[in-house]
Amino acid sequence: MSVTPAFARARDEGRAALVGYLPAGFPDVAGGIEALTTMVDAGCDVIEIGLPYSDPVMDGPTIQAAAQQALDGGVRVADVLRTVEAVAATGTPTLVMTYWNPVERYGVDRFAADLAAAGGAGLITPDLTPDSGAEWIAAADAHDLDKVFLVAPSSTDERIAMTTAASRGFVYAAAVMGVTGARTTTSDLAGPLVARTRATTDLPIGVGIGVSSGDQAAELASYADGVIVGSALVRTLLDHPHDRAAGLAALRALTEELANGVRRG
Amino acid sequence: MTGHQASRFEADERGFFGGPVDGFGGRFMPEALVAALDELTEAWHDAMADPAFTDEFAAILRDYAGCPSPLYEAERLSAKVGCRILLKREDLNHTGAHKIRNVLGQALLTRRMGKTRVIAETGAGQHGVASATAAAYFGLDCTVYMGAVDTRRQALNVARMNLLGAKVVPVESGSATLKDAINEALRDWVASVDHTAYLFGTAAGPHPFPSLVRDFTRGIGDEARAQCLDRYGRLPDAIAACVGGGSNAIGLFTAFLEDDDVAIYGFEAGGEGVDTPRHAATIGAGERGVLHGARTYVLQDEDGQTVESHSISAGLDYPGVGPEHAFLAATGRASYLPVTDAEAMDALALLSRTEGIIPAIESAHAIAGALRVAEQLAAEKGPEATLLVNLSGRGDKDMGTAIEWFGLGDPEQVTEEPVGQPGEEQTGDRR
Repeated sequence: MSVTPAFARARDEGRAALVGYLPAGFPDVAGGIEALTTMVDAGCDVIEIGLPYSDPVMDGPTIQAAAQQALDGGVRVADVLRTVEAVAATGTPTLVMTYWNPVERYGVDRFAADLAAAGGAGLITPDLTPDSGAEWIAAADAHDLDKVFLVAPSSTDERIAMTTAASRGFVYAAAVMGVTGARTTTSDLAGPLVARTRATTDLPIGVGIGVSSGDQAAELASYADGVIVGSALVRTLLDHPHDRAAGLAALRALTEELANGVRRG
Repeated sequence: MTGHQASRFEADERGFFGGPVDGFGGRFMPEALVAALDELTEAWHDAMADPAFTDEFAAILRDYAGCPSPLYEAERLSAKVGCRILLKREDLNHTGAHKIRNVLGQALLTRRMGKTRVIAETGAGQHGVASATAAAYFGLDCTVYMGAVDTRRQALNVARMNLLGAKVVPVESGSATLKDAINEALRDWVASVDHTAYLFGTAAGPHPFPSLVRDFTRGIGDEARAQCLDRYGRLPDAIAACVGGGSNAIGLFTAFLEDDDVAIYGFEAGGEGVDTPRHAATIGAGERGVLHGARTYVLQDEDGQTVESHSISAGLDYPGVGPEHAFLAATGRASYLPVTDAEAMDALALLSRTEGIIPAIESAHAIAGALRVAEQLAAEKGPEATLLVNLSGRGDKDMGTAIEWFGLGDPEQVTEEPVGQPGEEQTGDRR
């Protein structure tokens, strides 16, 4: 499975795709699957499942807290793959977003094989760039998986071209200089980054910029092919630690608002 | 200071020691930081080739930091083990450790790059204090990230940093120790990279830090090698240093790498024993992996999650190790062996008693390991055998730990009994 058809369908409908993120095992493995399938049901076109890691240098406090809760609960790589299998079974393309060491430790080709077998679409690799990723690129190609690499406002044009040339599925434009986290203001870095990226590729461009509302999603959808939302979705569950039903209701409501937003863009 | 040498021990242009497939190092980092790391690499290459930079660095080390540090023959300790032990006295540097070399080099480079703010991580606070010192010297704004567990344990060093004008940010995330302080410093850097330099505290992390930190600390070995040749007309038979991330060790080792007859030893923190979960012997007991941007040995579980390390010495309490050390271990050029908390504290007491030098607990690991090597050397080569040990720092900062370990400092329990092993009668008189 690849994310390509999901982006194509959104394009055919004249809108951006909604890409939603949660870490696996949060609040626990079963609860995470329920939350992710809720997001599918409420309008996410593509799902990103985070693999909780002990040293998440690109994540802000919200995602750190959720991943730590998952680790404290004993989540394992096998649980992440089980979560992928359950979510991918809905038919919605499902990527894993992971820091590199757990993949290397698992065995790069073995990880690719098991991810493909679970129905996963591919990997997003926030701390692996294509010039350091030869082993992953070979494994992804062998197992027909998407390779989602990141570009940043600080990337040179040359590095953007190198990155998009190595990507499959979509290109992830991390459009703020900073860690993950919901932001109320929009970044003036996103537009130029998307334009510079688009000059190098026909791949869809998904933008992560700390979106937390339908209006922000709509604004972003006016020039991006995908609107990526993580921290704001995680926050809905963190805000209801003792009431899962309320957390899921808030998660559903926000996802619907965002799905509506990408249709207004 | 010498420039770049074409050496089989040198990293390739992407920072891999021993090649990208089987080797160590590289740059496993977010794309957002690649431009800054490229900028730093270029500025560092440019600076090291510029005599104006290297001369200024040498002058600052001489006039401000007190380098070159003496090479001291520890006669009574030598008599105890039966061969010559030389101590490179980095404990006499300004701020009390080798770390001042690294931070002055990096801060000088920061100024050259036109950046106005520095950030640093710190464990017990030594690198933080050194960074705050260098920032004060150059008039740079300074923020130090320190695990919240450590800010509580090391309040004195927090006060020193504050006095030197640095802001200290306690890090509560993860295990709230050194590795999490590095994570938080990297998070700061992603958002501040246009005007901020990251003064990395050890010869680890993404390229170019392992090689850059080596260049700024290699004066230890360059000086020691020349001092030894000058005084004894020969090189040592062996050299030794403690290894956490590995900056003092790589600083000593670099000058001797091509001297095939000089055996090289790194001593890792064996904590309560490498057969227990409580140690920081990363090379001895870790697995290949990626941590903080470099492929190296990492203490990790079977899912690749970093495992918390332990050492009585905060400066060695890190679950990774510099990639050049991983490479030197893999090639067999250097041997890395564990020293337990107890062995290190015994050595701390012994050096205090025999030489009047209270070493940092980090450096006490090197002393403890060196004593084992010295006995071997003495048996093989006799009393002329020479072992050169990097005494990387002084022990003032560790008195709290020493008080607890040895049961000192209780005014109700003042005793005439000295601390540590008996053995006074076994050590020789000073000539």
